[in-house]
Amino acid sequence: MAVTQLIGARIQRREDPRLVTGHGRFTDDRSPRGCCVLQVVRSPHPHARIRSIDTARAAAHPDVLRVLTAADFRSVLHGAMPVTPSFVAEKRQVPERFPIATEEVVYQGEPVAVVVARDRAAAVDAAEWVVVDYEPLPAVVDPIAALDPAGPRAHAGAPDNVCWDVTYTGGDVAGAFADAELVVHGRIVQQRLAPTPIEGRVVVAEHDPYDERMTIWLGSQNPHFIRLFVSQALQMAETQVRVVSRDVGGGFGSKISPYPEDYLVPAAAKLVGRPVKWVETRTEAMAGTTHGRGQVFEADVAVRRDGTLLGMRLTQTLDVGAYCGTFGAFQAVAVYMAPGAYRWRGVEGRTIGVLTNRVPTDPYRGAGRPEGTHLVERMVDLVARELGMDQAEVRRRNFVTAFPFTNPFGFVYDSGNYHGSLDLALAAVDYPSLRRRQAEGRAAGRYLGIGLSTYVEICGFGPSAPTAGATGGIALVEGAQVRVFPTGSVAVYVGTHAHGQGHDTTFAQIVADTLGVPMEQVELHHGDTDEGTGFGYGTYGSRSLSVGGMAVRGASLLVREKARRLAAHLLEAAEADVLVERGRFAVRGSPASSRSFQEVALAAYGANLPSGMEQGLEAVHYFDPANFVWPFGAHVCVVEVDPDTGQVTIERYVAVDDCGTVINPMIVEGQVQGGIAQGIAQALFEEVVYDPDSGQLRTGTLLDYLVPTMSELPVPECSRQVTPSPTNELGVKGVGEAGTIAASVAVINAICDALQPLGIRHVDMPASPDRLWQQLQEVRRP
Amino acid sequence: MAERVRLTINGVAREDLVEPRTLLVHYIREVAGLTGTHVGCDTSQCGACTVLVDGDAVKSCTAFAVQADGATITTIEGLARDGELHPLQQAFWDEHGLQCGYCTPGFIMASVKLLADTPEPSDDEIRIGLEGNLCRCTGYVNILKAVRTASRRMTEAGGAPTGGAAAGSAAARTAG
Repeated sequence: MAVTQLIGARIQRREDPRLVTGHGRFTDDRSPRGCCVLQVVRSPHPHARIRSIDTARAAAHPDVLRVLTAADFRSVLHGAMPVTPSFVAEKRQVPERFPIATEEVVYQGEPVAVVVARDRAAAVDAAEWVVVDYEPLPAVVDPIAALDPAGPRAHAGAPDNVCWDVTYTGGDVAGAFADAELVVHGRIVQQRLAPTPIEGRVVVAEHDPYDERMTIWLGSQNPHFIRLFVSQALQMAETQVRVVSRDVGGGFGSKISPYPEDYLVPAAAKLVGRPVKWVETRTEAMAGTTHGRGQVFEADVAVRRDGTLLGMRLTQTLDVGAYCGTFGAFQAVAVYMAPGAYRWRGVEGRTIGVLTNRVPTDPYRGAGRPEGTHLVERMVDLVARELGMDQAEVRRRNFVTAFPFTNPFGFVYDSGNYHGSLDLALAAVDYPSLRRRQAEGRAAGRYLGIGLSTYVEICGFGPSAPTAGATGGIALVEGAQVRVFPTGSVAVYVGTHAHGQGHDTTFAQIVADTLGVPMEQVELHHGDTDEGTGFGYGTYGSRSLSVGGMAVRGASLLVREKARRLAAHLLEAAEADVLVERGRFAVRGSPASSRSFQEVALAAYGANLPSGMEQGLEAVHYFDPANFVWPFGAHVCVVEVDPDTGQVTIERYVAVDDCGTVINPMIVEGQVQGGIAQGIAQALFEEVVYDPDSGQLRTGTLLDYLVPTMSELPVPECSRQVTPSPTNELGVKGVGEAGTIAASVAVINAICDALQPLGIRHVDMPASPDRLWQQLQEVRRP
Repeated sequence: MAERVRLTINGVAREDLVEPRTLLVHYIREVAGLTGTHVGCDTSQCGACTVLVDGDAVKSCTAFAVQADGATITTIEGLARDGELHPLQQAFWDEHGLQCGYCTPGFIMASVKLLADTPEPSDDEIRIGLEGNLCRCTGYVNILKAVRTASRRMTEAGGAPTGGAAAGSAAARTAG
């Protein structure tokens, strides 16, 4: 590797000047000339049959261009929306989903018609004038009740509500339970969450019927997949469809999969013959953008009395929603990650995907890994409690210590130091004195709780062999193109997508170090499918650095190697004798004899090339990692719970994370802080609520759905340990989801620890004052 | 029927005909073409649309454009002067107080008002002053730092910066 100057440095983000001055390029910030406004008419019912749709009055509005229903869209949109295998290849039923309802609506907010008008006011007015005659049908609103064979079906006429029901077994589960001295049971509810990026979804489309081109501007974590899916539906070649996703106001997993509007807006642009824009309202986002979590776990853990973990049997009941999300089954990874950072003789996990009349669930920050971590870390705490052992001690006794380590499901943890991170975290809070203070407090009627979370995470999706099957054919490798212009400036095109992660800065650090050029000379490009490699794989699953960053490095190395060969020719030296140092190509032993990167770049476009070398200085590299990467760490949350009100106060939050080599510590800290905030938000505040009887969404605005403000969140104390990944030459793992994966259970374990003397064994989320107060009343009842 | 509004945005006087139901944020974005002011929630929880109206921080998604008739408005685009960032913009950059950057203009505008009223706020005063704005990326840690840093630099530099912040001591105009 080149002399490292920038990798590891706290470099300010180059994205920020435009963003702090109001000159970002978010999707709604531009409109093509003549752009119309599209308004979606949505189902107010969770489940109903559409008897008829009367569009006459809306269509007669003087400023309305068209009112379109499924019948109109069927002429330009073909096939069903995609569902990938993800972690469950064996699905029993996958309801076919067209972007707009035809005869039956299956969730509140499902599109039934669209109005295209000259302006927003006309579109909104006319949408109110579309008359839909619904015959309400019984709705399935609870995933457990949905399994009752006598209950209603989420889709009329379906045999049942089971999307999948698969059991994975790893190791000797029966033997583990046969040898158990104690079996500990737990039931854990993962409430539905709304990802809630502050920028909602926006789609703008312009169709050019003369050159047969469709341009779609939207906010996506995954523009190439959107192009793939939408071009197929439009029956256009990928070359005819351009998807552009510039600045995106947060994704958190909710901008990975294609949405109905991603199809309806370009289709409407084609049908109407004008550019069309749709801007989601927050209420549309709460009802129509995918949710995350929505799972119920039952688990039994077999242990010895000395605290040795032997085996686990678990069942995940996952609320799929009304349709299977494109990557919804990814959340079943909770089963594979349920073993956590521990050694087991065997683990058996059953995952049941259940259809309900609610918006589909899909990845939300962590996607299955927070759930798996929450499960195993709660179960370990319950084991400690039932055995009367210290929570840290049970963890230490069972940690994986030798790497690479193969978990019961065959996944190989690449590197780790679980004792190290736990020791650092416990030292940071002075654990023994905290325990003493806890004991003293209890005597005085104060309830301090200490919660541990020692997580391990699978990320960096991913190696080609397992991931090609998971998407239905496309391996989740990553491509990058590096182009050096005659003056030596460097353009880098990546298939990942930054929407807050700062890749334009961190990737430029990697390129600058690898080529030995100043960072200012390197420009990053992403988010436009007309540029760069043939396919880009997007940003999710903390993959961008360990897969995309390695692609960037690989393409840079190819460029550097060609430049070195050319430099040797120019310097009339043997190739083996030319060294690359700080942007200069020098002959070994005679440093005066050298060429700058710029001189070599110019020469690459000239006539004096070595025999067989073509002009130009550019390269494409696809990186296919040998394994996933496995970040880990230890978080400690200290809370005090008011036993009279159920109010939880976070006194301290200490995080020790190990994501391998760090490219830019400032950005890593920001990712961890933000991730922890979302984990705490799940633990204490957020929940998507549907009325249990009517199936109506009750949390339709940010007044009802409690995204925490600055006043509700603590300032976490974050530090790092560095255990490089052996999976890639940079030694990097991933950090975008770690905080969220670790945090919810650190908080809940702390609350349970605080309330243990009062007889409370488990608390589900969100641990609101109301919920805790109710539980406290129950245990106090004589 | 369209109504006439006359107002000043970032020092530029404008006169436009608008539908009475046009929200101030849509007027700013679509009529005045200043797209740095964002919409995040429609119900004035998130504060992404915060601008200064006669010196007061106002959530422009909950005000009608016609209510701003006669007002002096400052948006995020009006803060930097002669290519020099406002101390709050600089501090948000320096302290990594933004990730996706969507909520950032609203946070900066609300912070301008906060520091105009309370030049040296405590952490709790910053929290209370900014709890009308939501950020989903940062966990607010570096936003808190950024406001502290800006406060320190502005105090050291002696008084309020230029920027639209100082504009207008006129009576407050609030939404609704």
